[in-house]
Amino acid sequence: MPSFVRIEKCDACKGLERIACEYICPHDLMKLDRDGGDTGHAMKAYNQEPEQCWECYACVKDCPKQAIEVRHYADVVPLGASVQPLRTSDAIMWTIKFRNGTMKRFKFPIRTTVAGALDPYAGKPGAELANIGKPGFFTTGVAGLRAAASDQLIRT
Amino acid sequence: MGITRDDLTYDLGRHVDDSVHLFEEWGLPIWKQPGDEDKPLMAGGQPVRSGKWQILINGESYKPIVAEAARRALGPECIDEHVVIVKLVNDRRDPNRIAGAIGFSLREHRIYVYRCTACLLVAGGCVGIFRPRSVGEGAGLTWYPAWNAGSTYAMAAEAGAELTMMESRFVPVRFKDGYGPVGAWFLFFKAKAVNADGEDYLARPEVQQLLEAYFPYNRAYVTPSCLRNHVFLNELREGRGPIYIDTVSALGQLAERMTPKEIKHLEAEAWEDFLDMCIGQAGVWAGENSEPEKRNSELMSTEPYLLGSHSGGCGLWVSGPTDVGAPTDEDHPEADRIPDHLPAGWNWGYRSMTTVAGLFTAADGVGASGHKFSSGSHAEGRIAVKAMIAFAIDHRDDPPQLDTPVDELVAEVYRPVRNFLEHRDYSTAIDVNPHYITPRMLQLRLQKIMDEYAAGVATGYRTNAKMMEMAEGKLAMLKEDALQLRAKDLHELLRAWENRHRILAAEAHLKHLQFREESRYPGFYYRTDFKTVDDAHWKCFVNSIYDRKTKTWTLFKRKYLDLIDKAVSYK
Repeated sequence: MPSFVRIEKCDACKGLERIACEYICPHDLMKLDRDGGDTGHAMKAYNQEPEQCWECYACVKDCPKQAIEVRHYADVVPLGASVQPLRTSDAIMWTIKFRNGTMKRFKFPIRTTVAGALDPYAGKPGAELANIGKPGFFTTGVAGLRAAASDQLIRT
Repeated sequence: MGITRDDLTYDLGRHVDDSVHLFEEWGLPIWKQPGDEDKPLMAGGQPVRSGKWQILINGESYKPIVAEAARRALGPECIDEHVVIVKLVNDRRDPNRIAGAIGFSLREHRIYVYRCTACLLVAGGCVGIFRPRSVGEGAGLTWYPAWNAGSTYAMAAEAGAELTMMESRFVPVRFKDGYGPVGAWFLFFKAKAVNADGEDYLARPEVQQLLEAYFPYNRAYVTPSCLRNHVFLNELREGRGPIYIDTVSALGQLAERMTPKEIKHLEAEAWEDFLDMCIGQAGVWAGENSEPEKRNSELMSTEPYLLGSHSGGCGLWVSGPTDVGAPTDEDHPEADRIPDHLPAGWNWGYRSMTTVAGLFTAADGVGASGHKFSSGSHAEGRIAVKAMIAFAIDHRDDPPQLDTPVDELVAEVYRPVRNFLEHRDYSTAIDVNPHYITPRMLQLRLQKIMDEYAAGVATGYRTNAKMMEMAEGKLAMLKEDALQLRAKDLHELLRAWENRHRILAAEAHLKHLQFREESRYPGFYYRTDFKTVDDAHWKCFVNSIYDRKTKTWTLFKRKYLDLIDKAVSYK
């Protein structure tokens, strides 16, 4: 199910240094064709190796212009369907179109905090160097964590 | 099937909750029981469970959330993006210590040479060494991430680290063609797998009898995945396929007691399972006009994968905790076959360190301790990093020294590029040239060898000593030809190196399959020359080391020991 880029929608991320799809693809597939030498479409992105595409949808979800869609693997799936997301700051909306025209829409929550504002050390106890060789994290002992059931060990 | 490092599993068990609590704090939505919706797990909020060990989440943004926490903790200045590490470098003074690594940028003409006192190697499992069921565009549709190229195992092996249980592969039975996950369907929606006649075949007495051959493992409260596969494959062989997952009955039964609004919610949950973690399966359903409440889906077994964090247990032999009763010696008849420079027992100083000083691993990298999944892998990374800090403090006056001149390393990394530049003017067709091989063709050749001789789909996951001897010969030539890989650009250089890693991971898998003269994981693979599970001789770890100078493997046994009483797990 390779991703593909709609020519009329892709704006090459306005020529900025970070091209969203190129940046996010975990398999180095999405590529901006700067001079049109690869595709005939200068300053448009494309999937340079469709048979390696894992359908992870990272590029589809991250594209600021919603220019990327997915055409399901042609050697497996009948034509005519589409599965398209729209991700906002706290939810994702899916529109699923069946080959026979049936439509389904779903909305799911994705996170409960504001993206970009995490402070992983906030409110955590500092690390104690004296404990570095012992089991447990620096958060061990904080209320709410279950203690290990050491009675299950048969050789100690 | 009875062989785990209990010390690692137990240690992870006592650490993992903390990572799950952090995920929730960072913003991961976790499903709660009615009345507990706003109560965090830390405050005693009760999660919705799926089976014994899993809880349900809205996981769409799991990766961005966890990545954001890591990025903010490290600081962006400490992160090199789009740099591919292809080789670890040992220390000049001690071949059994790590000194650094080399990689290249995928975006510019730049090589990165790192020197490090301690290094965490976590490059996932291994995908793409066996021929997949779809060979066109659908080849990218792998069950595990397509970009897991066995780099963890290959780079560690080349650095001299001891591997364990590399024979332990995973063959998932999943929704056919989309590889959609079945866990929630079986455990949460309570769906059954049925054969062509609509029969719940797993419950049939003769099927239960079939599994008696694998006593006592068949009596586990949770039937091992490989034994479920074994029965699945038996149904297909006996001509009772296709095998379906009965989503229609499962959803119908749940809906019986529901209001229309609740039924709508149930449908959304069923789709979310795929939309959150395997969107391709939703695409298959949409393309085939398949609605789970109206039509059952087919199940199928995939090609084999190597991994250490799911239902597979291959990986590196790492040092465990010292307070859980793990052995510190090797008290067994074949102990003298363990190479002298390797440690005895299950712990040797720093938790999560491999047998190479300063080289640590986690998640898919840790062998003989599966079923970690996302939260376990995260917790294991944290455990390892803590020990790395201890190692770095202890070695602060002893900086690493690379054992190979940087020029030599650079020449090796760019070799596929040089192959291309030197020979590209020989023939008119860029991909057909007797002086080099494209990464794609090399990978297809590897997949053909493994599929046909090393218990892939082609033979119904069966092999024997003679077949593996054939694979060995063909693999040796492939390994030679890998020096003639070509790369016409940086993207192809990435593929070239991935496939060099794949070959070594595949070779490790093959050597371990050969050495273990039994069929420990029926349903994942069968040795037709040693058909049974032979606990008398093989209830042990199979470990190996690779010598990158002589390109040879040494295999040996390590003793198995229970640290936890397993009797409670069996009926």
